[in-house]
Amino acid sequence: MRGRDDVVLITADMGFSVFEELQNEFSERFMNTGVTEQSSVGIAAGLALSGYRVFFYTLAPFATMRCFEQIRVDVAMQKAGVIIVGVGAGFGFGQLGPTHHAIEDIAIMRSIPGMTVVCPGDPAETRAATKALARMKGPAYLRIGKKGEPEVHTGRVSFSLGKIIPVEGGAGSECTLFGTGNMVRTAVDTAALLRNKGVKAAVVSVPTVKPLDIAGIVSYANGARVAATLEEHSIIGGLGSAVAEVLAENNGTVENFMRFGVHDVFTFRAGSQEYLRRQHGLLPEQIAGRILQTFKKR
Amino acid sequence: MVSVKKLKTEAREIRKDVLDMIVSARAMHIASSYSIVELLVYLYEDFLRVDFSFQADRDKFILSKGWGISTLYAVLARKGFFKKELLDTYCKDGSPFMGAATRTIPGVEATTCSMGHGLPIGVGMALANRLQQNPGRVVVLLSDGECDEGSVWEAILQAGHYKLDNLIAIVDYNKFQSFGRVEDILDLEPFPQKWEAFRWSVQSIDGHNFNEIRDAFKKLRKGKPNVIIAHTIKGKGLSVMEGKNEWHYQTPGEAEIAIAEKEL
Repeated sequence: MRGRDDVVLITADMGFSVFEELQNEFSERFMNTGVTEQSSVGIAAGLALSGYRVFFYTLAPFATMRCFEQIRVDVAMQKAGVIIVGVGAGFGFGQLGPTHHAIEDIAIMRSIPGMTVVCPGDPAETRAATKALARMKGPAYLRIGKKGEPEVHTGRVSFSLGKIIPVEGGAGSECTLFGTGNMVRTAVDTAALLRNKGVKAAVVSVPTVKPLDIAGIVSYANGARVAATLEEHSIIGGLGSAVAEVLAENNGTVENFMRFGVHDVFTFRAGSQEYLRRQHGLLPEQIAGRILQTFKKR
Repeated sequence: MVSVKKLKTEAREIRKDVLDMIVSARAMHIASSYSIVELLVYLYEDFLRVDFSFQADRDKFILSKGWGISTLYAVLARKGFFKKELLDTYCKDGSPFMGAATRTIPGVEATTCSMGHGLPIGVGMALANRLQQNPGRVVVLLSDGECDEGSVWEAILQAGHYKLDNLIAIVDYNKFQSFGRVEDILDLEPFPQKWEAFRWSVQSIDGHNFNEIRDAFKKLRKGKPNVIIAHTIKGKGLSVMEGKNEWHYQTPGEAEIAIAEKEL
């Protein structure tokens, strides 16, 4: 916001203790429009059509679902330069129960024509993605975790919209783990556990779920005994579905394809993110366990 | 300033153009298009500072009641935004001139027809003008039925809170919505009082009377957003259609065309 005078940030009354400094410095270009997701997206579109690059920020389920039609009509159909930012992806706000979980957002945002969907894997990817999206024109969904997400990359990350980021291991490994968003760290930890048990696993971060890096995904998946997708999201419609679509249409040669995510349920239990991940088999030891079982099957 | 006589003549011509378009395409919504003729004629003849050069400081008009688009197309064509002959393709296979307002048509500022979108977008554009110190005004025309939508009231709340006096809303209060009368389905009354309570400056007029329309636009207040509640008749202009809700849907036939030849 410092380098450009055309960037505006709108929040639907979220961001307490996050945005105060920004609000002080950029009082005119920071707007809290109140708890009004539908009209806020309309307002964001109106500003964008008048020349601004607009970020609209609130919790992921509300940013995408409360105002889905407005995103579809006001933003996507009119190609308005609005970036929807959903915070607290997956179980980020786990204590508050299922209304505050976001397990369908990648799926629905992916389905909108012309929408770029980005789920950065760690703070470095988030910084790079934010800059890249601000430079780009057109609609986008940026799905982020909460404060203090663990680092995956040490040093600068080579980030390009629409491209996978290989984290470790090479294409053609016997096991490839594709992670997105706040599950990339889990993929790295899972790979370490697999390595201890003699399975060589490559880890790939897929920050751009749409448009998907088809060539990158196919080259890393092909030939694997196990290719797995990891997401804090339903296994319906998110990364798992996107990769499955691509492998099916490109004659992918994966022996066993596994989707790790939420198996089509709401979670009616309070809990930390770790507790909730455990309920859905999304901790590294659980994922590694299931992958090793698959390896033992032959 | 354009004379009322000229405005009335223009209104008659617009009603003829709309009838031609809708009959040719066997399209719907003639009654909805007829109730807003005087309002749109006045706006484009005498109020909005806009033309096909699309200056940055132009006034922006959003037809939130996007299914009334045939009237807007007729007006824009007569004002030179695009060639009138293109309207022969209205609603026909492959035509970009669809039965709903779309931003891809020169002169249309927002894609609307799904209800409740125009006013929030208008608020955004008005806020942008304020940030940019742009003198352009934003005018949004809503239908009464559309005011059932919660997103409309969010925007009404916001505009009042932001004191957006570069924003003008007009409600085409023709007392009918899709299934029947507004007062039977979801009564909006007391309507003006609701806008006032949300901190708007409110005027109520006969939406087919050019003198009252002109007066209302002269009396816009500063420091608050302004709304003009225009009492209109759905299907106004063709006696056989006035106040009959089936003309929301039906395409006029031979009988109506014959009546139109006399009355328009």
